[in-house]
Amino acid sequence: MTDNPFSLWVYLSQSPLLWLTVTLLVYASTDAVSLATRRHPLANPVLHAMWIIGAFLLLTGTSYTTYFAGAQFVHFLLGPATVALAVPLYENRRRVVSSIVPMLVALVAGSVTAVVSVVLLAELAGLPRDVVLSLAPKSVTAGVAMGIAESLHADPSLAAVAVILTGIMGAIIVTPLMNRTGITDYRARGFAAGLAAHGIGTARAFQVDEIAGVFSGIAMSLNALVTSFLVPLAVTLLVR
Amino acid sequence: MLASLGLILLCQLIGEAVVRGLGLPLPGPVLGLLLLLILLLARDRFALFAHGPLRDNGIETASKGLLAHLSLLFVPAGVGVVQKLDLLASHGIAIVVVLALSVVVTLLATVLTFRLVSRLLRQQDAR
Repeated sequence: MTDNPFSLWVYLSQSPLLWLTVTLLVYASTDAVSLATRRHPLANPVLHAMWIIGAFLLLTGTSYTTYFAGAQFVHFLLGPATVALAVPLYENRRRVVSSIVPMLVALVAGSVTAVVSVVLLAELAGLPRDVVLSLAPKSVTAGVAMGIAESLHADPSLAAVAVILTGIMGAIIVTPLMNRTGITDYRARGFAAGLAAHGIGTARAFQVDEIAGVFSGIAMSLNALVTSFLVPLAVTLLVR
Repeated sequence: MLASLGLILLCQLIGEAVVRGLGLPLPGPVLGLLLLLILLLARDRFALFAHGPLRDNGIETASKGLLAHLSLLFVPAGVGVVQKLDLLASHGIAIVVVLALSVVVTLLATVLTFRLVSRLLRQQDAR
């Protein structure tokens, strides 16, 4: 038994166990709240888990590096989860194959819009050049966006933050926005969610409708491919 | 369950190795996704593949388990926002507005293109 509770805290706050536990428990609570509100868009579990954990880190003076040593085990699963998207894709392959043409055209239109709109708007807002470059790949999943930002000599950790913010805003706005347009085709709605808001949009799409989730997963994977080519091109053409 | 997770990791590992080895400009897990899809399709054609995790819904159960909590996996990267508080204090509002407008424009452009093309195709079929 340690006689000083402070030394116990010092020990625990440096161990991966504490931060992994915090991540899982905080998310479990925000997810329970989201379920209790019947998946209301504003009760987005990622958004609320993010600020609660962030505030906890700031209050306890814990560095992000220390936190990430524990949370990396969750972060790591992003890769395997991408591979796992093969299963819903396989199970719905007939519907996917029958919509291949609209999917590919919407992919090109959406990817170009995502990159060009963010670069132009960021330039218009007078953001510094390295911020503009870091925002450019914001519609693709975190790992890919960080890679793109690195290859442009921009800031990968800012790119990751832009990706998450985009994902959360997309996930919050997609359902009310689509309801307003009156589009009830869940293939199209899901595809847009995955293209604009990657994995967080896909998680949202799966909550709303399974077909939307499948198309969202495809859009997210395909957009990762297209954006990797598109961002360097758009940056040379559009950034001063 | 264990074999299924192993197979998912193996697909990702091969994906990463091929991408690195050949210098392809795509993420390793996306290639892993394609590989797993090919395995699932091959299982239906050839009895040879219908073993271990590819039998009795093994890989299906494991994958759905992973995907059930997809949002959780973004939390660690999202908490990284604590490192960017200075930047957010100086440019936060502009960044959030730019990202919000861009995501709305992107959602609309994608969904409208998808609807337009599928409607054109249906009209063509009807003719």
